[in-house]
Amino acid sequence: MKYVDEFRDGELAKGLAKAIAAEVAPRRDYSFMEFCGGHTHAISRYGVGDLLPPNVRMIHGPGCPVCVLPIGRMDLAIRLALDRGVILCTYGDTLRIPASNGLSLLKAKAGVGNIGNIGSTRGDIRMVYSTTDALNIAREHPGREVVFLAIGFETTTPPTALAILQAHREDLQNFSVLCNHVLTPAAITHILESPEVRQYGTVPLDGFIGPAHVSTVIGSRPYEYFAEEYRKPVVIAGFEPLDVMQAICMLVRQVNQGRAEVENEFSRAVTREGNLKAQRLVSNVFELRRSFEWRGLGEVPYSALQIRAGFARFDAERRYGLNYVPVPDNKACECGAILRGVKKPRDCKIFGTVCTPENPMGSCMVSSEGACAAHYSFGRHKDFSGDGGNS
Amino acid sequence: MNGVRKRYLRPLDFKLGRVDMSHGAGGRAMAQLIDELFAAAFANDYLSQGNDGALLPAQGGRLVMATDAHVVSPLFFPGGDIGCLSIHGTINDVAVMGARPLWIAASFIIEEGFALGELKRIVDSMAEAAREASVPVVTGDTKVVESGKADGVFITTTAVGVVPEGVLLSGDRARPGDVVLVSGSLGDHGMAIMSRRENLTFAAPIVSDTAALHGMVANLLETGADIRVLRDPTRGGLATTLNEIARQSGVGMMLEEAAIPVKPVVAAACEFLGLDPLYVANEGKLVAICALADAKRLLSAMRRHPLGQDAAIIGKVQEDDHQFVQMNTSFGGRRIVDWLTGEQLPRIC
Repeated sequence: MKYVDEFRDGELAKGLAKAIAAEVAPRRDYSFMEFCGGHTHAISRYGVGDLLPPNVRMIHGPGCPVCVLPIGRMDLAIRLALDRGVILCTYGDTLRIPASNGLSLLKAKAGVGNIGNIGSTRGDIRMVYSTTDALNIAREHPGREVVFLAIGFETTTPPTALAILQAHREDLQNFSVLCNHVLTPAAITHILESPEVRQYGTVPLDGFIGPAHVSTVIGSRPYEYFAEEYRKPVVIAGFEPLDVMQAICMLVRQVNQGRAEVENEFSRAVTREGNLKAQRLVSNVFELRRSFEWRGLGEVPYSALQIRAGFARFDAERRYGLNYVPVPDNKACECGAILRGVKKPRDCKIFGTVCTPENPMGSCMVSSEGACAAHYSFGRHKDFSGDGGNS
Repeated sequence: MNGVRKRYLRPLDFKLGRVDMSHGAGGRAMAQLIDELFAAAFANDYLSQGNDGALLPAQGGRLVMATDAHVVSPLFFPGGDIGCLSIHGTINDVAVMGARPLWIAASFIIEEGFALGELKRIVDSMAEAAREASVPVVTGDTKVVESGKADGVFITTTAVGVVPEGVLLSGDRARPGDVVLVSGSLGDHGMAIMSRRENLTFAAPIVSDTAALHGMVANLLETGADIRVLRDPTRGGLATTLNEIARQSGVGMMLEEAAIPVKPVVAAACEFLGLDPLYVANEGKLVAICALADAKRLLSAMRRHPLGQDAAIIGKVQEDDHQFVQMNTSFGGRRIVDWLTGEQLPRIC
């Protein structure tokens, strides 16, 4: 496959592995966080961890949109489908996110769950591949209310903005968006400000692999603050395994040379300014939310977007007068600590026993980009063979 | 079906006609549908007995029976349709038991309003597939449900076959040291369906691999190789099939990603849709596990068959209490190839 295989080449990987091994100082440890689920997935799927020296540790960050969506937000969506009878459109990954009372969108769709609670109602919940599909469903069912459950970081925000603008232009009366779009820089700040990183040093963090697709939209400039203010190197990298290896090599070099800069490994797609057209589009439709709850991170100020008042009728929260009620995670679930890099999936008591991809208790087990699901699906053999390390 | 006096009946309108509730009601309209469509297409001595069941000659030895419901959407796809698929799918389930398939039973659930012309296309395609495979459809059933209670047509087929003496293939027979083979490129059927569903067009169209495999199986058995397991990796793809075998046999496996055949266009389509070809359905491929000493012989027998030209040795069976199917990635790492989680592609067959 042209333009893809080049970034998965085993021979080049061997060469990079040698370069990293030659670069690392044997007496020190290196801990890097890959912020994005896309990187987590690539590391696990291609076995990148097997090519790294034992003193280079990768920490899986919170950059998986499915993983950070709190129970309370899923409850809002499920109630819309079950109580208000809307057609709820959503991306496939969100279907299995655990919500309150053992429900998920998938279960609400089938009409099972806590029987006393929902009786025999079934939610009309439909998986879509794009916001265009959701708009089409709204056009095809003028007599029904259609809500698009929007999730994701800066990458998926512009399509949602376009859908709202399109609905506005067409004067679609039955379409609205339940907006859960979140912001990458706010989450990185939150991690850097967390007591585990700042005070206790329980999460040693020597640098970040910066997002790939997110950075095509926001550019590399927003990360300069982290490099300057927190003295953490950031290397923006593509989602292919060679990109990840190259970025690790660049991070090791920065650490060794005492530098803390933003470097761009993904220069084939990312510029310093990013996609200005997309940025304008987003700021026309959305504004900052004062605060938003993230699973694992808690309330994070100015970390998410909401729909501007000018488009209020397309805002499902206003349209249906929804009130957000936070719901604590399952007590045994360690997703919070895992998302902050404090714990690894295998440190969680219910990992692989009660909590599996088929029956996820925590959100990190839902998407294949989640730290737990990636480790379970691709790397759990290492928990038994004793070679530990990266997965 | 013999009670209908044809000359008083207007023939079925296969151009504009539609299936209505009377076609499944057991009356004259149903008899006409059976006569003019099913009996005409499947014509054979057993079916023309015209009884509720087919009277078949008893066979010595061991029989295999397998059944398969087909609910694929869309009904017509590049390389095939629900009709030939419903014949191939069930024949293959019998064939991978090492059996020679003898007869097929077919049951139709048709949605009210379905075009008779499309039904005829489907039945003709089934009949042709059955003829090519030399496995007659000897009995059947037709039901019609109200509009909205099905999606066009669902077809359930059941096949019976006879296992030659001395042949024993079973998912619990894989042993450490055995070799894993596949008979050709993976993911063709699933991606043909997906490309049609999502209206994706590629420079080279992706065509379903739907095919009857009993001919190849007979050739493989003839080699005398010590074959432990044969299986057709349909829903859930190669990954799911190998995990099933690993669990049944209580073993692990180690695959070599670089050796697994995937067509570039299928790999590209999977990449585009975020799918892994190892989990995508096949309808004309075999997985074989055999003793190490016989692997090369089996591989060349596969390659000599027109359906097995891209056959490859892709890995080995190893001891593993956890029954992990693992893979050395082309990138140089190692990972698990786990069971499929959730549903990757609904209504693929």
